[in-house]
Amino acid sequence: MFQLLVDHYPYYLSTVLLALGIWGMFAKRNLMKKLIALTIFQVSIMLIFISSSFKTSATIPIFDPDLGLTNPDLYINPLPHVLMLTAIVVMVATSGVALAVILMIYRRYHTLDEHELTKRMRE
Amino acid sequence: MEEIYSIKPLIAVLIPALAAILNLLFSRQPNIREFWTIAAAVAMFGVIFSLLPDVLAGRQPEISLLNIAPGIALALRVDTVGLIFALSASFLWIITSFYSIGYMRTLNEKKQTRYYASFALCLFSTIGFAFSANLLTFVIFYEILTLVTYPLVIHKESPAAISAGRKYLVYLLSGGLALIAAAALTYYYAGTGDFVSGGFLSNLAGQPNLMLLFVLFLLGFGVKSALMPLQGWLPTAMIAPTPVSALLHAVAVVKAGVFGFVRVIGDVFGPGLFHDIGAWQILAVMASITIVISSLLALYQDNLKRRLAYSTVGHLSYIVLGISLLSTTAWTGGLIHLVNHATLKITLFFCAGAIYAKTHIEKISELNGIGRQMPVTLGAFTLAAIGLIGIPPLSGFNSKWLIGQGALEAGAGWAMGLLLLSGLLNAAYLLPVIRRAFFTRPDKPLKFAEASLFMVIPLLIAAALSLYLGMFPDGIFHIYQLASDTAARVLDGVIR
Amino acid sequence: MTIDQLPVIIPVSLLIFTCLTLLFGFLRKSLAFPIALTGMAVSLAASILGLVQVLLYGPQSYQLGGWAPPIGIEYVLDHLSAFMAVLITFISFISLIYSRHSFAREVPDKVVPLYALLLLLVAGMVGIVVTGDLFNVFVFLEIASLAGYAVMAIGHEKAPVATFRYIIIGTIGACFYLLGVGFLYFATGTLNMADIARLLPDLYESRLILAAAVFIVIGMALKMALFPFHIWLPDVYTYAPSGVVSLVAPLMTKVGAYVIIRMLVSVFGPGFLSEGFPLMAVLGWLGAAAIVIGSILAIAQSDLRRMLAYSSIAQIGYVALGIGLNNPLGLIGAMLHILNHAFMKACLFQVAGGIRYRTGLWQIPMLAGLGRKMPWTMAAFTIGAISMVGIPPAAGFFSKWYLVLSSIEAHNWVFVIVIIISSLLNAVYFFRILEKAYASPESGNELVNTASDPPASMTVSIMVLAAGILILGLINAIIITNVLQPVVKLIS
Repeated sequence: MFQLLVDHYPYYLSTVLLALGIWGMFAKRNLMKKLIALTIFQVSIMLIFISSSFKTSATIPIFDPDLGLTNPDLYINPLPHVLMLTAIVVMVATSGVALAVILMIYRRYHTLDEHELTKRMRE
Repeated sequence: MEEIYSIKPLIAVLIPALAAILNLLFSRQPNIREFWTIAAAVAMFGVIFSLLPDVLAGRQPEISLLNIAPGIALALRVDTVGLIFALSASFLWIITSFYSIGYMRTLNEKKQTRYYASFALCLFSTIGFAFSANLLTFVIFYEILTLVTYPLVIHKESPAAISAGRKYLVYLLSGGLALIAAAALTYYYAGTGDFVSGGFLSNLAGQPNLMLLFVLFLLGFGVKSALMPLQGWLPTAMIAPTPVSALLHAVAVVKAGVFGFVRVIGDVFGPGLFHDIGAWQILAVMASITIVISSLLALYQDNLKRRLAYSTVGHLSYIVLGISLLSTTAWTGGLIHLVNHATLKITLFFCAGAIYAKTHIEKISELNGIGRQMPVTLGAFTLAAIGLIGIPPLSGFNSKWLIGQGALEAGAGWAMGLLLLSGLLNAAYLLPVIRRAFFTRPDKPLKFAEASLFMVIPLLIAAALSLYLGMFPDGIFHIYQLASDTAARVLDGVIR
Repeated sequence: MTIDQLPVIIPVSLLIFTCLTLLFGFLRKSLAFPIALTGMAVSLAASILGLVQVLLYGPQSYQLGGWAPPIGIEYVLDHLSAFMAVLITFISFISLIYSRHSFAREVPDKVVPLYALLLLLVAGMVGIVVTGDLFNVFVFLEIASLAGYAVMAIGHEKAPVATFRYIIIGTIGACFYLLGVGFLYFATGTLNMADIARLLPDLYESRLILAAAVFIVIGMALKMALFPFHIWLPDVYTYAPSGVVSLVAPLMTKVGAYVIIRMLVSVFGPGFLSEGFPLMAVLGWLGAAAIVIGSILAIAQSDLRRMLAYSSIAQIGYVALGIGLNNPLGLIGAMLHILNHAFMKACLFQVAGGIRYRTGLWQIPMLAGLGRKMPWTMAAFTIGAISMVGIPPAAGFFSKWYLVLSSIEAHNWVFVIVIIISSLLNAVYFFRILEKAYASPESGNELVNTASDPPASMTVSIMVLAAGILILGLINAIIITNVLQPVVKLIS
């Protein structure tokens, strides 16, 4: 049991981050903090992907003349990294749009407090 | 039963739809607009009448259009019972069209284009309903009929009319949804919905859900045929212009409900199965209760159209009673009553409308002495009232006689007693109207003449037709033969 | 002769024209609309050609960059994706024509980025539909969503707040989807749908696969605003520009439904999702709840656009219910409802936008007498309303018909009752408006009295959609036998 925990610790840490992110998005009142929580949430999923590519005693997936190409076990899996590069781009774009929207909100209402905004929306 | 390909049923259905479009196009030229209505009515009747020889010879003109669902075609087929319904509705549309012109112009009603277009669409769906060859087509026309009647109910656009419209929609849409559920169940159980004389569910005998299926159909058609306790919408809907009440709420819409029962009993369940699951008793008892209670309620109505509405509720149940008894004679009687009641009731409504258009009187208590001023109208009213009570030689007698005889054949003697009782009640709520009109001195001197000829002539034709059908049940329309053919075809081999 | 590149032309043409629109739009503002329209037309033509090819020759596939699947990304046009691509590009094309005047009135200084973003949004949606690669779906999903967030935030003063909520919920949905895809990848080592479907039957026992399915379905339920994840939707639809809503409302949520259907028919297979863990049943029941609650909330609204938004929540419930029934008829009903509802909702939202364009009104009680002032617009609204209630021969009846049939087949009587009751609820809120528009005495409101049908381009697109509703009702059997039944065959 303990061994299981130790072996898979990146996953458990990521899950904690994921929960933290979701909690933040719903519990925090400030829109900026919600956005930070959203980013934490996204990062946690990326970490899960990256962790999955890890192999014991393997190196980064860049061709090394000493190791050759015959044994794939010597390299960690490159595909999750590639996928996550794309996901990072998506994340940056999301943050950009969200920040732009937050800016619009702040210019119109001069507050980022959700309760206050909800009240104004009802008017 | 030989099925022949014919485009006539389609033409008959499309004529009123075309008329509706032409009505809308010529909305600014009332004379041309009304000309199209009349022309369509005459043309449609002509086409339907021309189907009569084929059908009498035992052929079924049929046309199948595109598929509306995989394996289910939008199909029209003319059989004897559909033709009875279509003949009565289309003939009465002609005279109602003339009457409408007189009525709407006398009262100077607004939005007449919408009125005529909706009216034509009602006929479109009624005829489509009568000629439907399968359950899904049937359901589709049923729903269209519900929808296009709505603008006619709210025509006055007064708060009362709008609330009547809401009530109408709640009742009719609920009924329609029950019908959709029933149709879906039928397709699920039987895998088909094509009407077959004698029913196509008979191989499902013993299925526990057949009763549920029947109840769903009962809700669907019970609402439309104003079977108690589902009749609430009909008296309220009397707020519509009188020609609407006359043709739609005495002939087309409500008879569609009755016609639905005929189809479901004859061509879906089949009389054998219908009898075996005990559904006939439920239907007969509901119809009987409706006959008595509606006649009693009619006694208490002071508004003439509402009294006629309750009378309609009762008479629709005569037909339902007749067909639920499942004997050949009672079926024939019921189907004939479908036509007889149509002509009689349309006469009564036309008279009520003529009185209203001329004097704006709606209440029976204000009718004192009116017979002297409008002798022709009230004369026709008297004739139709006598017919409805069931006195020969008017048409109402024939059908009641046959239903009563059929009840005895079916071993339901109580139905005979019921018919007598309700005949008395009919007299009790109709004769006082006549007494007031002719024999009570008016409160203040009255001085006015008959309504416009556009109204008087149609109501005279309707009255004359009642007399004609009473004396010659077969006549040129061969209603009797069509009805007895239907009964023989459907009830073939059923021991009742 | 077939054109092999069609699957990729459909999204890529839109991407190219997005850039062109921006480029020429900045040179000259008036060029933005024609270029955007051209791009949409190219994509629409490619989609229609694609559908024809699929119908004639069967599914088409294109290997991106010449890399063969499962290593490379594969774009696939089969019956389902061609159907969706035509639907998306057609509705977008009509909405784009419609939006010209509406944008010029509502957001005159932002038309260039709006057109570019709309093209990007549509590119994302068709991309989701044509790709055969799970991760690619995520990328396109985010392209569509990001473009969607941007276009929705433009508009009413309150729009950004509503959009921010959508960003949060939408991103959670997309990330859940990504997580689910990750699990599938861990289990199978591939991202190609066909390849996963091939490998999966051996792994059905794995809890990882189950978790993947759950995450993907939850993620998509968030994206499609399925009850109880619908909170963001009403505000967004209410405050976004009407030209945007008429494109987003009919399509955006449907794409989520598409992904679930795609997973069901091409990845997991229907057996997996119903046995063991009743994921499909949960989806169906959530759909039933959405139908009831969405309809009831819609009745309570007095703002026309908000009422339509709640009605959308109810309608997406039908789709979820159909998918959840997990039998061929239910799936046919769900797919047909995606199609029908896209037409109905586009039509109704365009009418709402048209009314706003002419009168500036959207409060239902103030619409009295509009039937005479805007005859064509309100006639189209009537057709849309009738279809929403589910009265034949309008299209809406038929999708409900198949859903009822399918519920009966599954012996799920509650669903039958829900579908039937919801028709009545729909009737309550739609006939209320019809009554106002046609039968109420004119209010004497100056805004209504001076109203007329909106400019030709708006009226025509509204009428095309209204006619489409009736035509779809008549030809539904043709669509089902030719397009939808082959999809369903994959699972039966």
